[in-house]
Amino acid sequence: MMGDLLWILLSAMVVNNFTLAYFLGLCPFMGVSGRIATALRLGLADIFVLVIASICAWFLNTFILPYAPFLRLISFIVVIASLVQIVEMVIKKVSPTLFRQLGIYLPLITTNCAILGLAIFQTNRGYGLLEGIFFALGGGAGLTLALVLMASIRESSEMADVPSLARGMALVLIIAGSLSLAFMGFAGLLSAS
Amino acid sequence: MTAPVPLQPKPDVPAWRLLLTLGLAGALAGFLLVFVYQITLPIIERNKAERLAAAIEEVLKAPDHYDTLYVSNGALTRQLPPGANPAKLDAVYLGYHADGTRIGYAIASQEPGFQDQVRLIFGYDDATSTLLGMKVLESKETPGLGDKIEKSEAFISQFDGVEAPLKGVKAREGTGDPHEVDMITGATISSRTVIRIINDALERMGPMLKAYETAPATAAGEAGQ
Amino acid sequence: MSNTTPQQDFFRGIWRENPVLIQMLGLCPALAVTNSVANAVVMGIATFFVLTGSSLLVSLVKKLVPGEVRISTYILIIATFVTVADMTLEAFVPDIHKALGAFVALIVVNCIILARQEAFASKNPVGRSLLDAVGTGIGFMIAMLMMGTVREVLGNGTILDGTRFGMKVIPGNYEPWVIFVLPPGGFLTLGFWLLIISWFQKRRTERARIREWPEGVAAQKEAA
Repeated sequence: MMGDLLWILLSAMVVNNFTLAYFLGLCPFMGVSGRIATALRLGLADIFVLVIASICAWFLNTFILPYAPFLRLISFIVVIASLVQIVEMVIKKVSPTLFRQLGIYLPLITTNCAILGLAIFQTNRGYGLLEGIFFALGGGAGLTLALVLMASIRESSEMADVPSLARGMALVLIIAGSLSLAFMGFAGLLSAS
Repeated sequence: MTAPVPLQPKPDVPAWRLLLTLGLAGALAGFLLVFVYQITLPIIERNKAERLAAAIEEVLKAPDHYDTLYVSNGALTRQLPPGANPAKLDAVYLGYHADGTRIGYAIASQEPGFQDQVRLIFGYDDATSTLLGMKVLESKETPGLGDKIEKSEAFISQFDGVEAPLKGVKAREGTGDPHEVDMITGATISSRTVIRIINDALERMGPMLKAYETAPATAAGEAGQ
Repeated sequence: MSNTTPQQDFFRGIWRENPVLIQMLGLCPALAVTNSVANAVVMGIATFFVLTGSSLLVSLVKKLVPGEVRISTYILIIATFVTVADMTLEAFVPDIHKALGAFVALIVVNCIILARQEAFASKNPVGRSLLDAVGTGIGFMIAMLMMGTVREVLGNGTILDGTRFGMKVIPGNYEPWVIFVLPPGGFLTLGFWLLIISWFQKRRTERARIREWPEGVAAQKEAA
């Protein structure tokens, strides 16, 4: 059992990275500036919200949606949007310093397709409560990894001699492609032989 | 310059109107979705059943008919235990010739492969411990290499007549052992995954299949034991 | 009331303000499902359907929806259309639906759709909103085709492989450039398309500068 859970976590984190393999969470990924601290904070906020979202999705899937499967998407969206609002309010009350640091990123997370993507993948694969949580942990860690890597590369590339044609989004995409290529090297990491 | 017009304060929208709008929108959405759901559900279910039947046809080499056996309490049974949800139970399929003799079991299973989960179904003749066929149902293995487990006729046809438990060998190192399966060059991990899935499934199901073996073979349509 | 002409509303979304290539919205499906032309086309059609349907509905009810709940209502409308599209695809093209997987449902968070509702459909009459939506939908489809064709031809040597119209485009024993149908290929293909577009834009601005200020440009070239 633990082996399966570990496989789910590591697979979501590196082998099938949410951003570099499944293209989730691209908005913050493309827009992240060269500040690593920012990227890290955003990633951690993501992990937090992802885990809670996973639990909510499991709850919906187990108790409510079997009666109305066609309401799956609507209920997920509603729950996710409310979740982010609630998390924002809770953080504000519990730790104003944390809120000040994370504050502007939380609303960005709502339209972050990573959360909805997580809920849907989790449903399609029939994960239980524990599996879902490990999936969220791994996926969130993978997102954070991708964000931090992108931020640090962009920080270095600011000093580099990039042709004016490529500056901006084209460069970001090519960097992302290289990162994605690098992460493909993780395939086979977890296969039993 | 005309005198500035005093700003009209925007009337506060009462809460009941907000709720009403959302409630109405939600209700309409619900109705529309129920409607489309009712229309598409039978088609979707039929597609699923056809795909499954086609897969079973392929791995059992065109049986005349087959029984769906559910795994419940460590044994195979034709009848659903009371209150059980068929979608949640594991199932194997027992195929018969037209004259009622058994062909074999079709067993589906999945395990992690090179990239992600690999899901396959295979036909198995319990009496002779030989496989009848194998079909990959879902895989995300590398295109051009690992995906040969679903596309290479040469690889797939090996599973017709090989004896369990399977042993993977590199192509050209085979010794003629009837348990051997040649692995795909450049895709040993994906090939090994297929072999491992089958061996693990047989290990898991073996005792249950043997137990069911001793139960009388029933003609299709009759109630279970 | 919008101060643009109907033609402008329609053509704007097709190229000049192409949602994917210029505005950089909706990248998720553009990268994820363009590894084959068939998938790209079906996704384009599904998104088109959701976009036009929800723009139409939003524009129809814009006066009835109080401002405070408008985003929630729009999302509800979009989610309904997406669910309808998802169920329809699953019933009628199950193989492609399987290949598209979760990404049909992810149309809901495709920023393009919410952006059009918020920026246009909620403030303009039904006819104009429809034009805007159709134009944007066509622009999206064009972007999907651009991505999908390059990725499938280079990565598989075929077009529309797996459908009735599938054909091998590169003859002979073409060893497919597999990377293009894998995730890195998605990023790289879009990146290269952006480079090409950027080059054309730069050339156009250069030519316009030379046309309108020939002496100035010549002087600059001499000074350099």
